[in-house]
Amino acid sequence: MGQGILLSSEANLDFMVHGVFSYELFGQTVWITTTHVCLLIVLLVLCIFAFAAGAAMKRATLVPGTFQNIVELMVEMLDHMVSGTMGRHASKFVNYIGTIFIFIFISNISGLLGLRPPTADYGVTLPLGVATFVIIFFNKIKHQKVSGFLKGLCDPWPFWAPINIIGDVAVPISLSLRLFANVLSGTVMLALVYALLAKIAYVWPAVLHVYFDLFSGAIQTYVFCMLTMTYVADAIGDN
Amino acid sequence: MEFNESFILGCSAIGAGLAVIAGIGPGVGQGIAAGHAAAAVGRNPGARGDITGTMLLGQAVAETTGLYGLLIAMLLLFVKPLV
Repeated sequence: MGQGILLSSEANLDFMVHGVFSYELFGQTVWITTTHVCLLIVLLVLCIFAFAAGAAMKRATLVPGTFQNIVELMVEMLDHMVSGTMGRHASKFVNYIGTIFIFIFISNISGLLGLRPPTADYGVTLPLGVATFVIIFFNKIKHQKVSGFLKGLCDPWPFWAPINIIGDVAVPISLSLRLFANVLSGTVMLALVYALLAKIAYVWPAVLHVYFDLFSGAIQTYVFCMLTMTYVADAIGDN
Repeated sequence: MEFNESFILGCSAIGAGLAVIAGIGPGVGQGIAAGHAAAAVGRNPGARGDITGTMLLGQAVAETTGLYGLLIAMLLLFVKPLV
């Protein structure tokens, strides 16, 4: 087949990423998969919501209407979450954390709309983890300087450095694998229910959707953002 | 020594089953976390929101090891790296 990881498909049991079409780029076959399509749909929804929210806030009233209320509630919730964890550094990171929070949340619950959640593809969650890693590294260098960074690397003793490096590199991997595996397990579980119990599955897949898509998705979004904030606050330090 | 494909697939299925035994650990850990959180709410009902948030965060982190086992099982069953 020549297709990459998780691109192959099984009969009757459908939770894999499918290739939509492929093209050649510098001698490599590049696949446009269902993940790209679902990601574009999610981004489209987010863009429409952003424009609607912007338009609503332009003609904002003192006594908010329904939509303005929802937008204000979201912004307040994200502000509260970030400032509760990061304290006085919150103002610099609330935009990024809020963006990834909304993006991951909509991606996770897009299974409710019949899409395959984009976060159930390691190619989506790994860049999120790597972005966190870059922010941690940048803030470490910026706030603790190179000397503090090296001192932290050889924390108890200098020969501890390889273990500390492994610990640093493990952060984006464990962050991205946690999100990926949680969403993937929900997707697989629902695919099993739909494939094996097609005759008797009338109402109770809805309950599973509520658990795996809404509850698990919201929890994992919260955990991803919370851990990102904790790591970044740790990298900034107290001084 | 050459093994045929069905033998390797069968062994992969057994390995996948063994890999998801990793779910025992997070189950015990999450249960302990939830029990302590319930005790904490009993002692200080006012801090219910904070306790719930901390508990969910800790449980989600503890869940990771079980998910690694699940991932290994998925790889063995669907990607078939050994065939």
